[in-house]
Amino acid sequence: MNIHEYQAKALLRSYGAPVSEGRVVLRGEEAKTAAGALDGPVWVVKAQIHAGGRGKGKFKEAGAGEKGGVRIAKSVNEAAEEAKRMLGRTLVTHQTGPAGKQVNRIYIEDGSSIARELYLALLIDRQTSRISFVCSTEGGMDIEEVAAETPEKILSFAVDPATGYMPFHGRRIAFALGLTGGQIKQCVSLMGILYRAFVEKDMEMLEINPLIVTTSGDLMVLDAKLGFDGNAVYRHPDIAELRDTSEEDPKELEASKYDLNYIALDGEIGCMVNGAGLAMATMDIIKLYGAEPANFLDVGGGATKEKVTEAFKIITSDPQVKGILVNIFGGIMRCDVIAEGVVAAVKEVGLKVPLVVRLEGTNVEKGKEIINTSGLDVIAADDLKDGAQKIVKAVKG
Amino acid sequence: MAIFVNSETRLIVQGMTGRSGTFYTDESMRYGTTCVGGVRPGKGGARHLGLPLFNTVREAVDATGANASLVIVPAPQAGAAMIEAIEAGIGTVVCVTERVPQHDMSRVKQALAGTDTVLIGPNSQGILTPEQCKIGVMPTGNAKPGHIGIASRSASLTSEILAQCSTAGLGQSTTVGIGGDTLHGVGFVECLKAFRDDPETEAVVLIGEIGGRAEEEAAAYLDSVDYGKPVVALVVGRHAPRGRRMGHAGTLSVLGGGTAADKIARLRAAGVEIAAHADDVVAAVARATAKAPQKAAAR
Repeated sequence: MNIHEYQAKALLRSYGAPVSEGRVVLRGEEAKTAAGALDGPVWVVKAQIHAGGRGKGKFKEAGAGEKGGVRIAKSVNEAAEEAKRMLGRTLVTHQTGPAGKQVNRIYIEDGSSIARELYLALLIDRQTSRISFVCSTEGGMDIEEVAAETPEKILSFAVDPATGYMPFHGRRIAFALGLTGGQIKQCVSLMGILYRAFVEKDMEMLEINPLIVTTSGDLMVLDAKLGFDGNAVYRHPDIAELRDTSEEDPKELEASKYDLNYIALDGEIGCMVNGAGLAMATMDIIKLYGAEPANFLDVGGGATKEKVTEAFKIITSDPQVKGILVNIFGGIMRCDVIAEGVVAAVKEVGLKVPLVVRLEGTNVEKGKEIINTSGLDVIAADDLKDGAQKIVKAVKG
Repeated sequence: MAIFVNSETRLIVQGMTGRSGTFYTDESMRYGTTCVGGVRPGKGGARHLGLPLFNTVREAVDATGANASLVIVPAPQAGAAMIEAIEAGIGTVVCVTERVPQHDMSRVKQALAGTDTVLIGPNSQGILTPEQCKIGVMPTGNAKPGHIGIASRSASLTSEILAQCSTAGLGQSTTVGIGGDTLHGVGFVECLKAFRDDPETEAVVLIGEIGGRAEEEAAAYLDSVDYGKPVVALVVGRHAPRGRRMGHAGTLSVLGGGTAADKIARLRAAGVEIAAHADDVVAAVARATAKAPQKAAAR
């Protein structure tokens, strides 16, 4: 689960991390008061969306101006104007996809004068199963690019959970980043703060990019991206409250209400599959036969008829869908339950596109009978390959 | 022979009295698994499904000589349940629970370090040695005893591949679900090592997917040894979007890498026969076996 930058900064500030003063703005008329509460002389006005690359992004609407999603202002009025220009407009970055994301919240903060930009992250390392620090002198850049082009500029190490964070960990980072004097002590303190927040709040990712050294020589958190383990949010009601559902794809949000794993894609073949691995295998084989999947959808192991019906409705609500492939290898999931769910959904919302159904496994005969006697126009398939070939043929001709 | 579990396995179930625990314990017993008891704090001395219940894993082990445990408890309790089994010295711990918090798994992995316990899962369908021992929630109707070892990151895809193999006459020595989570117990490398030492296993099928480094680690291991048995791999998620979690938490890569193309290239370079898609696994086993006839004959 992701949260906005301003929420991340407030959380880190509560742990004692050095963060600029700032105010969040939800409506244009609040902008002037928010900016006026800050000292200046420079204000930074930042669009709050759950996607990176905001500074280099572009707004779709001409009214938002030529600049990206992070703007510098020299007066309260200018800051308020920039906030108003961006609110409600659509920002496109390399992470949003071409459709972009609507900006519903703006964060106005005190500008910082930057001497150096650094990179810092904490994550759970798969190899050691421990919390790792990742740092680099190349702040403000995409860390994946740094990793690919100049891996020697990245320092990464894991912390032994038996000892927890220790000051030498912080010094190791400080010296790797070329910090000097009082910055070293600041770094040791800040790393301890971040480690504690990471553990206490069940984070899976904490990224400070950039971590800056100001012209007066102090460390400061200039941007913050926090990702929380969705499986652990149940024990952090304060974090659960920060969820902004307007940042999520409406179909994915609807699916999550029914505990369905759904991810919207750009293709034309809607898929309903049981199991994540089989769902990916189904997407791959659709592509192999020359079409594109419109979604990833795993109905899970213990789906009910109602859940299957909802899943089918979500797939058909996508106007790009030109055909549907249901691929079920029933184990825990019974084929008759799937069949009943599909039939109920089609009766409720109708069927305007070809539907191929492949059923195999537990109660397969019962499932096939339900489909065959339903009077629906369903193309039956024998196996995964046959199913993929038939739906691609039905859609592409 | 088989790997990790066989007819000698004596199973206890942590969470046996729950709804899922009851159902899958009963299924396992019907399949022929030797179940010797269950753990339910506060219910020690009572019986469930005709088996004795114990308050702690330690008591259960002392009383029954159990050497394996199925952990089938809700996610908030799963981490502690695994650690209790590890500390009680259980040889094989299988956790099928989904959605175990990552920080809990980090603690489980520290508890596991330096012990002899084999942890399978979490978020795994379990482990199956056909006609000998089932520990988990997988369907068994299509499983047949034989000589193919399977290790997989995905339960549903395993059902699909296993049925294709059995239909083609390729029975299985053991099928291991390593689980779909970021942090888990045994990986492909541990399974490959065990299958290599198992005389019953003649070829290995790895069912992989995007994210993580399980496939890259398998390739590095295969580069480092003369494996001696054909290995086939299917890697799904070639067309999954980057930066998204495709159902399994383990499919997300945080710092780049982990694409299907990378994994396939690494495995192929390590001499692994790649199944082009999910319907190509049986054919890939045939291709791999044909490439290594002299080695097969030598055994």
